[in-house]
Formats: sequence, structure tokens, C-alpha cells
Amino acid sequence: MKAVLVISSRDNVATALEQLEPERRLQIDGGTLVVREAIPPGHKIALQAIAAGAPVVKYGSPIGLASAAIAAGAHVHTHNLSSSRGRGDLAHSATGEPAPRLAEPDDRGGLVGPVTPSKERA
Amino acid sequence: MSERPGFMGYRRPDGRVGTRNHVLVVPTVICSSLVAERIAAAAAPVGTAVPHLAGCGQLGPDMRVTHETLAAYCAHPNVGAVVVVALGCEQVIAQHLADTARRHGKLVEIVAIQAEGGTVRTTEKGTRIAQGFAGALATEEREWCDISELVLSLKCGGSDYTSGLASNPTLGRVTDRLVELGGSAVLGEIAEIMGAEHVLAARATRPATATKLIRIITRVETEARSLGLDIRGTQPSPGNIRGGLTTIEEKSLGATHKGGERAPLEDVVAYAAPIARKGLTVMDTPGLDVESVTGMVGGGAQVVVFTTGLGTPTGNPIAPVLKVTGNARTARQMADNIDLDVSAIMDDSETLDAAADRLFADVLTVASGRRTAAERLGHREFAIHRRNPTI
Repeated sequence: MKAVLVISSRDNVATALEQLEPERRLQIDGGTLVVREAIPPGHKIALQAIAAGAPVVKYGSPIGLASAAIAAGAHVHTHNLSSSRGRGDLAHSATGEPAPRLAEPDDRGGLVGPVTPSKERA
Repeated sequence: MSERPGFMGYRRPDGRVGTRNHVLVVPTVICSSLVAERIAAAAAPVGTAVPHLAGCGQLGPDMRVTHETLAAYCAHPNVGAVVVVALGCEQVIAQHLADTARRHGKLVEIVAIQAEGGTVRTTEKGTRIAQGFAGALATEEREWCDISELVLSLKCGGSDYTSGLASNPTLGRVTDRLVELGGSAVLGEIAEIMGAEHVLAARATRPATATKLIRIITRVETEARSLGLDIRGTQPSPGNIRGGLTTIEEKSLGATHKGGERAPLEDVVAYAAPIARKGLTVMDTPGLDVESVTGMVGGGAQVVVFTTGLGTPTGNPIAPVLKVTGNARTARQMADNIDLDVSAIMDDSETLDAAADRLFADVLTVASGRRTAAERLGHREFAIHRRNPTI
């Protein structure tokens, strides 16, 4: 079984098919990719460095934009990849600041809110 | 028997073909839902009810959707007879539902709680009628139907990374084959096409169809925007994110695989509206699983294939829902809910084509009467899509 799956030759991320541990060396398309951090199965690994703001590509299509610079071999998920679709929160104000959420799940799984954007980011 | 693939179905007076022969018990309103459920239970498993929360206090467009969805179930080819359970003062018109059923050649009767004189009398009378109908339907026999008569609903729920890699592409191959043989397939969940609309729009046979698809997707995005809300709160769901899906675009690209790679996009229709064309149709449904399946079956789908990664149990009151997973753990842990395990694709021990052969055969067997896990377990979830507040 392959450790990672690259779906399209245009992709800059691959899907881990098993738990990947740091420093593991993966052979992909004749090259070597060094895993930088633990990546759970089903999650994505960057095949190359992706600049902040650049498209992340899977299935040969963009799946969002890098919200931070991503190094080759890094875990790609909600902390560094952001959707560019259905973002009413961004359209809400001219400054592009997120709007206050009506309610936000708290750490105990209940509902609190409304919360302010600054608290949300904290 | 023909050399073309087909199934044993019920040919209806209106020319459509059913894969089941239910006595459908339809409450016009939430107030008659319990009585409808009791009547259906007394004639189970032939008897089946569509309890719902609507039917009164609804504004124009919502009222129309409720009416049309219930009428679509009364006309559905998987239904042989209909008992309408009215209250007496509600907005939904019992006679309209009964007339629709009759126009499509079904046996039909109305019972009304206020007119009959209460829960006990109505349940008793309705049960007698439903039992009589079940007896009449038992004499009807299945006959050979060509695969082109099949309308397949394509659904995914509880998606994880195996959905986009195994179960959805397997279903996509079945869709391509079905459409090439002259059949129909319907894809719902507009929010889960968002980010993959270019893939489907490129396969539209008419420019107007592509435009309609883009317009509906823009509407969903605009709705989120006008509320100042971030669609990421629900799409992908928290479970999707734990499973490794990060964005709606990623989820959509995986989900859209269900529609195949070649099947031309022939039509885009409203919620529960008739699926009138052969080939692939997109229906304007929400992403919520039960509301989405309710709408696609209302449109005329006689079988639902539901792919899942994390596992989900839901069914439908009148259509068999066949569950497929590419996640080996889910196949083991939720074995009672899963009909077909295609997880061997994930470790390269089965090809997508071989898995698609198995699914294709299963779809025809289920269409011919084999009960699915959801049917055996009594999963008959039903929910009519609502867009406006109740007044």
C-alpha cells in the first residue's frame, strides 16, 4: 500500500493513506519528500513549498488559498489553508474583517456568544 | 429476457416504473403526523408514512414546496396506494394530494381527524383502509424493466477522505454506465457543488443549463454573504474536518465524482421537481442529508445510492437507500448500516472498475426488491426543505 496518494499531476498536495511521522522520507514520482510533522491518515501533505495566498491544488483544481506559507512536507489543513467560497464573514465589512459570529461552540461543546472577532482569534 | 441490463419493477398506469410497492400514509400537517405513523405501522413494512413538521403556518414559497413535495410522494412510482390523513383546518389541501394520487392511477382514500371524531376513530378507520390497500397491492407482480427506466439518486454523507478517493468515484463509474445505457441520475446538495461547478458546467449540453447551475450556486453564496455568515461553520462539517477535509472546494470536488466523469449534464431542477430528462440532472437541495434525499426521491428517483466515510444510518420512507463505504473501519464498526464495502480500493487490492461492477449489480438487485440495510433497520427519515420562518 502506498503511504500517500497524488490524485492529479497538477496537485501540490497529496493525501496520507497512513499515519506519517516527522523525518520519514517518501519517494514520490522519482523525488524524495521529507515529512516535516505528524500527519494523520486522510489528511494532506504539501508536495512542494506553497506561498501564502497561493492556490492549494487537489483533484487538479484549487481547493482554497494558503493562509500562511506552507513548507514542502508540511501538514496542510485548516491552520494554513482557507476556502475562498461562501465567505459571508469576509464580505460583511469593507475592511475584510470577519463579522461577529452569532454563536460559537465553546470548549465544552455548548453554545456561548455572541463573541467578538478579537476573542475568536485569541 | 433482454440482453440489456434491467430489473424487476412495478409498471404503473402512468407509464413510470417502481422498485417498491408501498401503501403511503401522508399526513397533511404536523398535527396528523402521529396518526399517520400509527396507521402505517399497522400495515408495515408495506405501509410507510411521511411524518413532517409542516403543512400550516407557512408562507407562500414554503407552503408550495410542502404541497409539491407531498404531492410528488403521492404520485411516486414506488407507491401503489395512498391514505391521506388530514386534520381539517390546515393549509395543505388533502383533496389535492388525493387527486394527484388518483391521476397517477393509485388507490386512494382520505381520513380526517376532525371529521372522523378523534385520534382513535381515525387511526382505526385509516388502519382498515391501509390493510385493504396492502391486500390489493399484494396481488401485483413485478415485471422486467429496462435500465433506462431507472432514476438513481446520488448522495454522500458523513464524508471523509475515502469518499473522494473510493466510494464516490465508484458511484461515478456506475453513473456513467447508467447514463450511457439511457438511464437517469440526480445529484443534489448545491453547497457541495460549490467549488466544483466548473467540472459539471463544462458537461452541460445547453448553455442555459450551465447558467442555471452557476446562478443557483451564486444564490447560496449570496445568502451566506447577506447574513454576514461564514459557510465554513457548517461546510465542511466538524466530522469532515477531523477526517482530513479542509475546505468546501475540496469536499465538493470529491462529492461531484458521484456524477461520473462523462455523463452529460442535461438539466437543473428545483427541489422535489420532476426529473424529466435522461442523463444527469442537478437538483437544488440543501446539503442536509435527509432533506436532500427527500427532495431527490420526490423528483422521481426510485433508488438512492448513499456513499459514506464516517458512516450514517438514514433511509427514506419509499425508496431503498443503498449505503456504500470506502472506509474499512466504518464497514466493520457500522456493519449493520453498510450494504457495500469498497475499502479494498484504498489499499489497491480492488480496482475502481471492479468495485463499480459490484455496485452496478447491487443497484439492479435492490431495484428488483432486495431490501437494503436501511430498509431492514426501519430507517425511513423524511424532512421537507424549509427556507422561511414559520408564521
